Amino acid sequence: MALRKKKVDAVIVGYGWTGAIMAKTLTDAGLSVVALERGPARDTAPDFEYPRIADELRYGVRGELWQPLARETVTIRHRPDDVAVPYRRYGSFVLGNGVGGAGVHWNGQLWRASPEDLRIRSRVEERYGKKMISADMTIQDYPVTFEELEPHFDHFEKVCAVSGAAGNLRGEIQAGGNPFEGPRSAQYPTPPLPPIAVASLFEKAATDLGYKPFPLPSANSSVAYTNPYGVRLGPCNLCGYCELFGCFLYSKASPQASILPILQDRPNLEVRTESHVTRVLLDGSGTRATGVLYVDANGTETEQPADMVLLCAFQLHNVRLLLLSGIGTPYDPISGKGLVGKNYAYQMCSITAAYFSEDVHINPFIGAGGAGQRVIDEFNSDHFDHAEAGFIGGSLIYAGGTGGRPIAQMMLPPGTPAWGAGWKGAIRKHYRHSAPIGTQGSVMSYRDRYLSLDPTYTDTYGQPLLRITFDWHDNEYRMAAFSAKKMEEIVRAMKPEKQATLLMRQGTPYDTRIYQSTHTTGGAIMGSNPSNSVINRYSQSWDIPNLFIYGASAFPQNMGYNPTGLLAALAYFSAAKIKDTYLKAAGPLVSA
Amino acid sequence: MVNRRRFLLGVPVSAAALAVDGCSEREKAAPASSPYTPSYLTKQEWAFVTAVVSRLIPEEGAGPGGLAAHVPEFIDRQLQLPYGYGVFMYLKGPFVAGTAPSLGYQLRYSPREIYRLGIADANGSARESFKQDFVSLPSAQQDEMLQQMEHGALNFPHVPSDVLFAQLLGNAREGYFADPLYGGNRDMVAWRWIGFPGARADFTDWIDQAGHEYPLGPVSIGGTGR
Repeated sequence: MALRKKKVDAVIVGYGWTGAIMAKTLTDAGLSVVALERGPARDTAPDFEYPRIADELRYGVRGELWQPLARETVTIRHRPDDVAVPYRRYGSFVLGNGVGGAGVHWNGQLWRASPEDLRIRSRVEERYGKKMISADMTIQDYPVTFEELEPHFDHFEKVCAVSGAAGNLRGEIQAGGNPFEGPRSAQYPTPPLPPIAVASLFEKAATDLGYKPFPLPSANSSVAYTNPYGVRLGPCNLCGYCELFGCFLYSKASPQASILPILQDRPNLEVRTESHVTRVLLDGSGTRATGVLYVDANGTETEQPADMVLLCAFQLHNVRLLLLSGIGTPYDPISGKGLVGKNYAYQMCSITAAYFSEDVHINPFIGAGGAGQRVIDEFNSDHFDHAEAGFIGGSLIYAGGTGGRPIAQMMLPPGTPAWGAGWKGAIRKHYRHSAPIGTQGSVMSYRDRYLSLDPTYTDTYGQPLLRITFDWHDNEYRMAAFSAKKMEEIVRAMKPEKQATLLMRQGTPYDTRIYQSTHTTGGAIMGSNPSNSVINRYSQSWDIPNLFIYGASAFPQNMGYNPTGLLAALAYFSAAKIKDTYLKAAGPLVSA
Repeated sequence: MVNRRRFLLGVPVSAAALAVDGCSEREKAAPASSPYTPSYLTKQEWAFVTAVVSRLIPEEGAGPGGLAAHVPEFIDRQLQLPYGYGVFMYLKGPFVAGTAPSLGYQLRYSPREIYRLGIADANGSARESFKQDFVSLPSAQQDEMLQQMEHGALNFPHVPSDVLFAQLLGNAREGYFADPLYGGNRDMVAWRWIGFPGARADFTDWIDQAGHEYPLGPVSIGGTGR
């Protein structure tokens, strides 16, 4: 018999970005809120303090801030008829854990979606005809437009003190910004940092080739800045311990750096850490959530009754909770019926390593997750003619360099010995003179790529693991090859002595051993009606109107941009509607 | 230009310590062997790890070797930490053999077990082929055997030879490049060798100086290089 807690107005599952956004919204409105976080409490001090945070082995390799896989992982297979096996060691993606979630260890690359990303199926059909979308592709439009989300993109950029340069201010194209972005109502809140060395070379080469490079929008403040909540952020110093680390300088936005300080003393909010939610509870009719069941820090099974349940966990965990709770119909790839788990997608990335001569000082240790980087958007989204290219989607191309941490980020030309005296000589020759340039590309959704519960493997509580069925499709191989070719042309113009590209070539299977992207998406997708989606445009479950689901699980397919800007804007869009309508009259916000 | 970190950490910075050049006199004088007494690794295993490290990151050629950097000590200490016990890995069965390499590690072994079983496997293989343990082989033969392990060409009874090799090489590189607080990279020799400033983590003065050579040597978390 589970311990039963006092009923509250709302329970939030997962205390990362969307959990913090919704906790603020609901406590502002006077509701009593409990937030349940499976991991530990974490704050800038003491958890991310200098010098302990400047430790590549502890944070960047062992992954102290990541979800411990021994307790829970996922299983992965390439095709629906394969047997899935556990993701036993981190590789392809890294999951967050604890207060702040993945919003602690993220790169802080904060993008908006392109307007056309949000209506991709309509856009492709209008511009290229229906036959451009293959029969097995299950992409669909978002039920919300760029214009509707713009105020929320703008607000979140201010919450995060994003440094960047506007490219389209209320329809006027601005020099030095991204000319392909949707019209924005305001400039970025803080100016961009000057380019790091590799970005400076990239900027010149890309300009010479006729492209329009611009500062990668970065949730690292460039100056002292007070956000709309009155929380102060400080200037980034390009410390090199950014992505995979917590920020010791209050520069990189995170829930604890940007939102949580104003929530800490609210009497109507209680945050319970080390509290692992195992299922959403429903009433007898199955159409109303009554709360959640969780295991607390002492291992006690506990029920938290609530009038509203908000799933704010990471994408994979939201989907797993729905499946474990028996909410909705699990997706079946054979019949194409069922919606929970449908349209899992990812990103496809490639990297060109550029090796310069010893008089070119890259200083790879000077960098951040996004600050100081430069990028082009010419070959992303629908910013170019896809008719001849023969695929849908695209990539951004950026000059990276996030810290040159030597265990994980040492780059050596192909043919260099992996060990021995030759390796020792090569690391000295190349370390300070090499740099990565990357593409980050979209992945469409397909009938045979989905999430489900694994029949064999279990977590530490004995519950089934989530199973990922995923591999690349031809559209993505073509997209990646096209993007990599453009990237390689730019790198050649940067005049390195040597360059080498890591690219997923046609036929290369999805490789879980190589870090590629933590931008996993889909499984609880958003759409225009209950027959094509799990949630409506306000992130409300179609089946259970007092259940809301946030995060990239809502994305019907994935784009070339980082997901946090879009998932935060969707949360704020939902928050506004909940405040204006739902709290006055609880019920479906969109009629089915 | 103010070097903020030096004051913050109270590190006395000598000209030699600041040299980006990795070949200061102090490093050359560093002892090649360590008084460290291993806790997890047995005497025989310690000898094996020491021999392997001295081939993977040899003392010969320019730059500090893995023994001067105290990499074997790093490895033994790591194996006593939660990492060694596999706390960062999912190690529940069933274990499926013959899965696609792209699906990643599918063995039941924690790092501690990989060392224990894998070293016995490697020595067994050396005795079978050469009638001696790995450590007794001439370096050229050690290199040859490591190359075969690297490509999975040796048939070990417990741990596949390429898995053992990858574990050894991965941990050797970690020990060479990690902060000295874990026992390796003694006196920050590897950071000096490549020109990595370690835990400085402050480039405010360099934000607008792209293209200029960074002049400062490394600092460590403990401030002492150890």
